[in-house]
Amino acid sequence: MSDVAGTGAGTTPKRSLMAQLEIDTRLLGMLGAFALLCLVFTVVTGGTFLSARNIFNITIQTVSVALMATGMVFVIVTRHIDLSVGSVLAMCSAVMAVVQTQWLPQGLGLPLGHWLIAPAAILAGLAVGTAIGAFHGYLAGYQGIPSFIVTLGGLLIWRNVSWYTTGGQTVAPLDRTLLMFGGSEGTLGPTWSWVIAILACVVAVAAIWSARAGKARHGFPVKPVWAEAAMTAILLAAVLGFTAILNSYLIPSAKLERMFEARGETMPEGFTLGHGLPISVLILIVVAVAMTVIARKTRLGRYIFATGGNPDAAELSGINTRWLTVKVFALMGFLCGLSALVAQARLQSHANDIGTLDELRVIAAAVIGGTALAGGIGTIYGAILGALIMQSLQSGMGMVGVDTPFQNIVVGAVLVIAVWIDIIYRKRSGAMK
Amino acid sequence: MTVNRSGTPLLEMRDISIAFGGVRAVDHVTVDLYPGEVVGLLGHNGAGKSTLIKILSGAYKADSGDIFVEGRKVEINNPRDARSHNIETIYQTLALADNLDAASNLFLGRELTTPFGLVDDARMEAETRRIMGRLNPNFRKFAEPVKALSGGQRQSVAIARAVYFNARILIMDEPTAALGVHETAMVAELIRELKAQGLGIFLISHDIHDVMGLCDRVTVMKNGKLVGSERVEDVTEDDILSMIILGKNPRREAA
Ligand SMILES: Nc1ncnc2c1ncn2[C@@H]1O[C@H](COP(=O)(O)OP(=O)(O)OP(=O)(O)O)[C@@H](O)[C@H]1O
Ligand SMILES: [Mg+2]
Repeated sequence: MSDVAGTGAGTTPKRSLMAQLEIDTRLLGMLGAFALLCLVFTVVTGGTFLSARNIFNITIQTVSVALMATGMVFVIVTRHIDLSVGSVLAMCSAVMAVVQTQWLPQGLGLPLGHWLIAPAAILAGLAVGTAIGAFHGYLAGYQGIPSFIVTLGGLLIWRNVSWYTTGGQTVAPLDRTLLMFGGSEGTLGPTWSWVIAILACVVAVAAIWSARAGKARHGFPVKPVWAEAAMTAILLAAVLGFTAILNSYLIPSAKLERMFEARGETMPEGFTLGHGLPISVLILIVVAVAMTVIARKTRLGRYIFATGGNPDAAELSGINTRWLTVKVFALMGFLCGLSALVAQARLQSHANDIGTLDELRVIAAAVIGGTALAGGIGTIYGAILGALIMQSLQSGMGMVGVDTPFQNIVVGAVLVIAVWIDIIYRKRSGAMK
Repeated sequence: MTVNRSGTPLLEMRDISIAFGGVRAVDHVTVDLYPGEVVGLLGHNGAGKSTLIKILSGAYKADSGDIFVEGRKVEINNPRDARSHNIETIYQTLALADNLDAASNLFLGRELTTPFGLVDDARMEAETRRIMGRLNPNFRKFAEPVKALSGGQRQSVAIARAVYFNARILIMDEPTAALGVHETAMVAELIRELKAQGLGIFLISHDIHDVMGLCDRVTVMKNGKLVGSERVEDVTEDDILSMIILGKNPRREAA
């Protein structure tokens, strides 16, 4: 029960600058890699890579994988894996597609474009995803079938059940309301985007401040004021800057004209309007915040990480790890449903191959983002950043004209190298046994 | 130091059996424990000591037998049931989540929450600092995952968990196996203190000398069966050794 020498009673050990600022060096490394990647592509593409249009596109292309990656963090942290997410996405998408184009219009006789169609289709998709996930979790948690096997089976099964659901046909066109969740068809416009950005800033400042006050109340060390202020300023600048970029990407005038016509008006001469924040990105932000709160601030999250760190200890502490497994997979399934909505709305159709290979992208995003396959370690922001890095890499190579096969080779190599660097880093910092 | 064994025992495990496949890990064993008493549980490796106390702490469910707390029959089906009867366990393997810090481990399964139902990390850390200040004043590593702790420091987290939640029945499975001389002395001191507060303690140990010094009674198991249960003042170390090795109770044989 002795402690390390040199930390006698009453004295606080000297803390390094990094520790004082509570900077996550791993996050810093990832941001550095991302910045480098952006820089290279910007130079090679002569600046197009960082154009508002391209940033907008990369952002909306990232959403679907990023949504699922946040759920995959919990799955991997609890020492499981989910290989079925791409197929479950296809299954949810198929259900949403047939509900909106066949069951409701033909079964219930709702006219096309009826307001009820989109919410009903979305709910059906989310429910199917959650149910499939819960079933996978039941097989893994209560029946003890390794999740690798359960979801490998699921990968084959759901892809093909979805095939039968639509009779193998591509389903299009989709409900107009539903298309709003895809990205460019559903953006908030500059005014609302600013409102939300400023709201987010207020909430962020309040959260940072209350966390600091909580620490100070119990007499724990807090960051120096200047450091806290600087970090907050960087965060706010990032939020506002991102909003400004999305707002500066203008909606094409032909499309604007059609929007005015649809409302029975004519577009004034020289009228322009920025896209602003896509609804799909707003969904991702809400999910990211919710998942982070779950991970850090709820019992559920605490139990997920405890179970990943030591399943026996969790069990002996009275945690029902089987039920926890069901919850984690159900949450994953729910997020697959949400991703299915975003994916089919962005592609404006449901096709059989929707979500193909997404399981690998999602797992790669989580792992590049620092989720350890051994369990117990992982962050939500890391997984989202991982998804963003992979999408940027792919888009950038596409812009430069790299062939698709070679793109895949690079992405595969990046995955392995990222994990390799991570292992070296953790060995150095002593975070690994 | 004398324990009053005239009332109802704090705890009685009556005729407990459990088998894993063909192995009868615990075979019709009856043990009891009085308030303020330390009972040493001895036996060779694989005798069934850990299995017996895991039944008490809810990790295993007995195939047959009953458990009584203060004379009332109780059902212990999982670790939560055991905790609700103020039975706390310090496991041989320590049972800590390596990736979480001391406070998260101490409160695992019983987190303090804010009025909104979110976990209150600041308050849990403050409470952890308070109890550690009592048990192990040198403990400083509150922010690190317990992976970064020494064996003794980890032990103090496990003990703090039992003490914090007002255990009435404390089970310690080889609490000093991984500890140095100084730390072992501290655990011994703590056991005496808790005993004085009226807790009943099961202490599993392979160190007969330790057991003779700390315990009021010794209970010996061999191959899942109870060999005997004797007050320490009635037996010698040699008697206990022969109970462990030969599985015979010399006093009963002589009588
Ligand atoms: N979960 C289990 N599954 C199968 N067999 C088990 C299990 N747990 C214990 N056993 C068996 O039950 C017997 C008793 O084991 P137990 O762990 O209780 O011994 P112990 O007295 O604590 O030994 P030690 O002093 O080595 O800790 C052993 O033969 C062991 O192999
Ligand atoms: Mg044992």
